[in-house]
Amino acid sequence: MIQIKDLHKSYKMGSNSLHVLKGINFNVKEGELVAIMGSSGSGKSTLLNILGMLDLLDKGTYDLDGVPIKDLDETKAANYRNKFLGFVFQSFNLINYKTALENVTLPLYYQGVNRKEREAKALEYLDQVGLKEWATHLPSELSGGQKQRVAIARAMITQPKVLLADELTGALDSKTSKEVMALIQEINKSGKTILIVTHEEDIAKMCSRIVRLKDGIIMEDKRNKMVKAI
Amino acid sequence: MFSRDRWLEIFDTIKKNKLRTFLSGFTVALGILIFVVLFGFGNGLDNTFDKYFKDDALNTMWINTGRTSKPYMGYKANRQIEFDNDDLKDISSRFAFYIEGITPRISTSANVGYKLKSNNYSVRGVAPSHQKNEMTIMMKGRYINGLDVENKERNIVIGRLVKEDLFDGEDAIGKFVFGEGRSWKVVGVFQDDGGDNEERIVYVPYTTLQLIQKNTDKLRQIIISYKPELGYGGAVAFEDQIKKYLKKKKFIDPRDPRGIRIRSAAKDLKENDQFKSALSSIILFVGIGTLLAGIIGISNIMVFVVKERTKELGIRKAIGATPRSIIGMILQEAIFITTISGYIGLFIGIGILKLVGNALEEEYYITDPYVDLNTGILATFLLIAFGAFAGYLPAKRAARIKPIEAIRDN
Repeated sequence: MIQIKDLHKSYKMGSNSLHVLKGINFNVKEGELVAIMGSSGSGKSTLLNILGMLDLLDKGTYDLDGVPIKDLDETKAANYRNKFLGFVFQSFNLINYKTALENVTLPLYYQGVNRKEREAKALEYLDQVGLKEWATHLPSELSGGQKQRVAIARAMITQPKVLLADELTGALDSKTSKEVMALIQEINKSGKTILIVTHEEDIAKMCSRIVRLKDGIIMEDKRNKMVKAI
Repeated sequence: MFSRDRWLEIFDTIKKNKLRTFLSGFTVALGILIFVVLFGFGNGLDNTFDKYFKDDALNTMWINTGRTSKPYMGYKANRQIEFDNDDLKDISSRFAFYIEGITPRISTSANVGYKLKSNNYSVRGVAPSHQKNEMTIMMKGRYINGLDVENKERNIVIGRLVKEDLFDGEDAIGKFVFGEGRSWKVVGVFQDDGGDNEERIVYVPYTTLQLIQKNTDKLRQIIISYKPELGYGGAVAFEDQIKKYLKKKKFIDPRDPRGIRIRSAAKDLKENDQFKSALSSIILFVGIGTLLAGIIGISNIMVFVVKERTKELGIRKAIGATPRSIIGMILQEAIFITTISGYIGLFIGIGILKLVGNALEEEYYITDPYVDLNTGILATFLLIAFGAFAGYLPAKRAARIKPIEAIRDN
């Protein structure tokens, strides 16, 4: 599903150049649930941003489902993101003046799906994450776990090839974290490829593969016996 | 632009961000409102100006008599100069080449009544050509004519408000009013653009008035309308000649500034034009200033709005919004709000001007304030354009920010 060869990325910090990713080789097969681990500054978020086309790579190649991701301008990146990827963020990033339902419909709006269809589908996905009754509530009326589940529904609604999650449990307590991870495992079980950036060991243990990054290179890449979240 | 879905999304955003919508709408509406009202008042001042100075025909010359200030040829100083009817004839024949019309004016006032009603009005004894000088418009009947003057008829022409005062709805023509212990036949009713006071005047033949006033033939004021072909230069030359002629005729020291004074609209006109252009500049300046303040206001708000929405825009981008759709959304929303509120401001402003009407005429010299609708629409359009422009730059920048940075910016 994801093929990365010799990926380099550096950032300009004033006159210095900070070499963040120093040659990453990394493949993900369809249906994997991968945890990307590393301390801060290890380059894990940068890797996720490049995978999510939120950032550009300097050197190397990146193929997503057989499509080479290169020469991205903003419009192309936006279309690819919309078509191929779903995002879940640590801080949920729901639009605060839109209801749960409207937040979930938004990616479909940018695909040009008509309103009725959008809402029907969004309701279906909210139902899958167990929040059908909360459809008309604003994010401010939802708990952290509920917000993250809305965000997951929003990420899933376009039926992306890959779901990317950046510290998705970072703002949640351990009980809610487990619930959210159970949802992730469930989605993974249905065949979805999922990448999670995390620095929590017990979250990583709930994944089928753990990749450890340090100083911009992959230190360790091993299969993991997936622990059930609940 | 015309996608229904886009509009629904925008209405949704507007509805759920009432304060923001209100702020930008209010700025634009207020800007336009103030512009319209100030500009309208400016135009009102301009109107008053026109009314005061354009009431009289422009090719008019007033010759007034006064007391001399210098002794001359055996005459003492401080002598009251007066014309008589012969002077009128002499001027007419001597300056026939320059003169279009000539009339004396004898001003007095009298109690004029009809049936049980009576009132005090200004009375002017005039000749027929006075009608042209004062630009008197006949509503009904006729003006004083040559026969009236020749036969010293007791015919009277009354102003529109005199007629209203005395006759109510009744037809005045052919009726007799009393004044100065005599009865006068109403031969005409006139209106005058010079304002209410000009319509509370009655005109009678000057000869009749002289007859009543101890049968004199004295005159204090002569009004001449000269041929417009003379132009400004010709008029000034004519004025000099007539002044010299009259001073000689009445034995007044040529260096005496008093005795005879001539006022001509030609000179006034030049000064008035300068004054008017100064007034117009001020109005324009005020208008542009207000508009500029509005533009700066809406620009500030747009910058603020985009800044406030940076995170939201980042989220939208992460889930698939293209930069184009981001810019389009912000601009369409901004243009929609400014258009609606701009026109609200425009119409409230016009409403205020209508409401004020002539209420400020007496004290503030603002007559019939108005804004030509095209100016208002142009002003609104300018605000919309600048609002959109002011929104475009930050929107473009926001659309370019990497979504990940926008999102992290908590």
